Amino acid sequence: MALQSLDIIRRSATKTPSPAARGPVPAEVAKLIDTSKCIGCKACQVACMEWNDLRDQVGTCDGTYNNPTDLTAQSWTVMRFAEYENPQGDLEWLIRKDGCMHCADPGCLKACPAPGAIVQYANGIVDFHEEHCIGCGYCIAGCPFNIPRISRRDHKAYKCTLCSDRVAVGLEPACVKACPTGAITFGTKERMKVDAEERIADLKSRGFEQAGLYDPIGVGGTHVMYVLHHADQPGLYSGLALNPHISRTVRLWKGVVKPLALGALALAALVGFFNYIVAGPKEVGPEDEEAARKEQEKAHG
Amino acid sequence: MTNHWVDIKNTDVVLIMGGNAAEAHPCGFKWVTEAKAHHRAKLIVVDPRYTRSASVADLYVPIRAGTDIAFLGGVINYLLANDAIQHEYVVNYTDFTFIVREDFSFQDGLYSGYDPAKGRYDKTSWDYERGKDGFVATDPTLKHPRCVYNLMKQHYARYTPELVERTCGSPREKFLEACKLLASTATPTRAATIMYALGWTQHSIGSQMIRTGAMVQLLLGNIGVSGGGMNALRGHSNIQGLTDLGLMANLLPGYLTLPNEAEQGYEDYIAARAPKPLRPNQLNYWQNYNKFFVSLMKAWWGDAATKENNWGYDYLPKLDKPYDMLAAYELMLNGKMNGYVCQGFNPLASAPNKAKMTAAFSKLKFMIVMDPLATETSEFWQNHGEFNDVDPEKIETEVIRLPTTCFAEEDGALVNSGRWLQWHWKGADPPGEARTDLEIMSDLYLKLRSLYQAEGGAYPDPVLKLAWPYAHSGEASAEELAREYSGRALEDLSDPKDPTKVIRKAGEQLAGFGELRDDGTTLSGCWIYCGAWTQAGNLMARRDNSDPTGIGQTLNWAWAWPANRRVMYNRASCDPAGRPYNPALKLIAWNGKSWGGADVPDYKVDEDPSENMGPFIMNPEGVARFFSRGGLVDGPFPEHYEPFESPLGYNPLHPNDSRAVQNPAARIYPDDRKALGKAEAFPCVATTYRLTEHFHFWTKHALLNAIVQPQQFVELGEVHAKELGVKAGEMVKVSSNRGSIKAVAVVTKRIRPLTIEGKPVHTVGVPIHWGFTGLTKGYLANTLTPVVGDANVQTPEYKCFLVKVERA
Repeated sequence: MALQSLDIIRRSATKTPSPAARGPVPAEVAKLIDTSKCIGCKACQVACMEWNDLRDQVGTCDGTYNNPTDLTAQSWTVMRFAEYENPQGDLEWLIRKDGCMHCADPGCLKACPAPGAIVQYANGIVDFHEEHCIGCGYCIAGCPFNIPRISRRDHKAYKCTLCSDRVAVGLEPACVKACPTGAITFGTKERMKVDAEERIADLKSRGFEQAGLYDPIGVGGTHVMYVLHHADQPGLYSGLALNPHISRTVRLWKGVVKPLALGALALAALVGFFNYIVAGPKEVGPEDEEAARKEQEKAHG
Repeated sequence: MTNHWVDIKNTDVVLIMGGNAAEAHPCGFKWVTEAKAHHRAKLIVVDPRYTRSASVADLYVPIRAGTDIAFLGGVINYLLANDAIQHEYVVNYTDFTFIVREDFSFQDGLYSGYDPAKGRYDKTSWDYERGKDGFVATDPTLKHPRCVYNLMKQHYARYTPELVERTCGSPREKFLEACKLLASTATPTRAATIMYALGWTQHSIGSQMIRTGAMVQLLLGNIGVSGGGMNALRGHSNIQGLTDLGLMANLLPGYLTLPNEAEQGYEDYIAARAPKPLRPNQLNYWQNYNKFFVSLMKAWWGDAATKENNWGYDYLPKLDKPYDMLAAYELMLNGKMNGYVCQGFNPLASAPNKAKMTAAFSKLKFMIVMDPLATETSEFWQNHGEFNDVDPEKIETEVIRLPTTCFAEEDGALVNSGRWLQWHWKGADPPGEARTDLEIMSDLYLKLRSLYQAEGGAYPDPVLKLAWPYAHSGEASAEELAREYSGRALEDLSDPKDPTKVIRKAGEQLAGFGELRDDGTTLSGCWIYCGAWTQAGNLMARRDNSDPTGIGQTLNWAWAWPANRRVMYNRASCDPAGRPYNPALKLIAWNGKSWGGADVPDYKVDEDPSENMGPFIMNPEGVARFFSRGGLVDGPFPEHYEPFESPLGYNPLHPNDSRAVQNPAARIYPDDRKALGKAEAFPCVATTYRLTEHFHFWTKHALLNAIVQPQQFVELGEVHAKELGVKAGEMVKVSSNRGSIKAVAVVTKRIRPLTIEGKPVHTVGVPIHWGFTGLTKGYLANTLTPVVGDANVQTPEYKCFLVKVERA
């Protein structure tokens, strides 16, 4: 929602220059989710619903603790519970808070054809401005994490805003405030990386040799990062992508193909225009009328 | 808790057993996270299921529900056999050296004094031997065969790792790993904390499970120290306050007790509760019982409590028999209790065996339900289809529902697990016709009083003479009651050492229970709360979180009972000379003249350590007890007995002793015994529990909670589900000998089959939160549970019973 006082640095489908008068430029922010401290209590889910005025359906149990069972336009974050038997034969319950990763290089924004429907702020938050959203769903195709969801109510795309409205006035996101164990923290991305190092050292001392930070370079890094016990196998955490990147189609479309295609469109328009000037408007003849009538009859059978 | 939530950050080893702190106490669990992150603590979780707590543990050990004493007895055996105990601590601060009477014995699974006809023990022989001086005989060399140390060693030698493995199903190497971690805290500078909850209380041997945990902690020298303790996680807000204020049929406020029918004489009543010291120079604090009692009577009956009428002792009811929850429902069922005021309680959902509850409530003439919500209890007579299939035409009970405010709609103090009384302020007006409990109770009392005034009665005095000094008689305020339970002087109080000096003027609030008198000059409605509201004002409302020593001792945040003390028995954190065992986490120390430090000393403040006063000042022997004497009804040393519904049908410790299968001192009514199931028909061990997403039977009425945990489920292990041909998300029917429920199957790797005495046993998890009122509906889990309680306190055995599971 466009209520922020944060400076936009990128907008979807537009080349209008971003505002640049204000300074100093804010530091990039990040939310750090420490899966090794998370107990899957879902306080973050509830806080998200409360702050953002979201109320999903009272659903059903699908035989797991996942509820709601997936992200929706009303559930911008969900916990995903994965049971993993490690090579020692011991069980691990890997619980991951899923939601928008706020990529530095956001595939949703790249894919979005609606001017200004998706923006990125100077602090790194990627936000949807639904008043500009046309509901085409390209953001879903563009997202390497399968996050945005189209609302059945208004056919617009929704996802976590990283509580840009709270962050704009110096507050932490609602989920961070609600987290009882300190598994979710928020601050400058630099600081969060330092904090993550301490956690990773602790995990390594407890035998998690592959503990590490999830800040994938394929999307230029993210503004939501995970501390993982098994950073070498993010897939264990309910299919967290190993090397997320913007899909080739979106990249091609927005990279090389889009200017070419736009050029082709422009060319077609130009040719059409000259054709009109030279040949005049196309007339509808009696044969055309007859053909149309037959088509209609066929259709109504 | 002996300690408090914040102090958990100071621990080196956390044992979560008989509880699931991450699941049920997520906010307090932050201190476990903190201990792990910044104190390098190791977390052990022992539970039948791999829980949310286990998900962040360093070591998870599975256990069969109900076998915790076997496990902990094994730990005791390990510690004693490997000499991993804190010697100076146990010799000086426990009854290790005390000699037990010669006629005490333990044979065939029974202690001396058992009466099989009554199912009760005569506890006379469960005592220490006395010397010629009248004090307890001791042997500091620990050589005497009947000293507590040797008896205990002998008792637990049977609890070998092998026995633990086949009784509990806990893999031996995991069990030993847990033992090693705990043993690492036997040094003075390391501590372990034990966090437990209803997973220990809700057993027919629940009190003894908790005792066994406490014994482990005493052996390790972990009681009274920062980062240590026996920490009960109190669930229901305000359940700690409920116990403190004595809201049980046999209690008075501050853990004073109601007299029995045989105790008609006031002096005898006091004498039985104010013991004589068992060792020389002990503080023996309960010797002050009379001061607490008289001050309570003055709070209740004011000027009408006089020396002549034994301060109102004669007004008190004298118990002819137990009136605990299970006994009360038995009386209802038998038509011997026909009215029921049910305040802030939903027993149809919370009490065992729903079918029995429905039958009992149907016998009532009237039931008054005071609650903020439309509870199942208040609608027990309504047909709610398969979830409550009753015929309202056949139920004549008149139900009156009085809507009350909830905690956010009233002022008052809540007592947390760490015994902190934290004042809170009303946040919103109540909806509709809801009134505060205080308003309803005040109104009820005034109406009853006027009826007694108008019509008289068999004995109207206790009602007519009750002190009622409140500004608005129709509603005593939370502040007035708080000032009353804290207490004030009724006359000028002079200094006992210098009678010319007045230390407290008449009408002033008292500073603490040390000022209470037994001559009717002081008033305090709950002696352990004395000092919560002093002349300085409401100390419970303090919100200064400064922590000058950095170890979490925020003495100016709210107020803790007793005496604003945050860690109980903290004298035991110092060696006998008064030097802290762990200087980095110093709670108190002796400075040559007095005791002081980061906490309020749990000791006589000017007592020189050389005088040998013990640190456990509430006990007449001044030390902690491994041998609990007559403290509990079912034995001075905890012994493993099987749950009343056992998958084995025998006790692995006493395979040939039929009287020692279940707790021989537990009470079970004949019909309830008949309703027990056998393993042949019900082969799985079920256990009930709570989920983070819900609070008891309340939050199914709240949309957000219903969204995050929308549908009733039960948890089955993968192997079990495969045997049944059930897939995750399918419906199953779970039955006990008392009834059945249907729910979605959560099929999980987190429950593995246990090998018990060579046979596989499946555990079935039954979360409790659903019922037939609210936004998400289901069956009451207590349709399944048996009616038998802990032998001492009658807490029902919800944590282990037998079921079978079928596809629904």
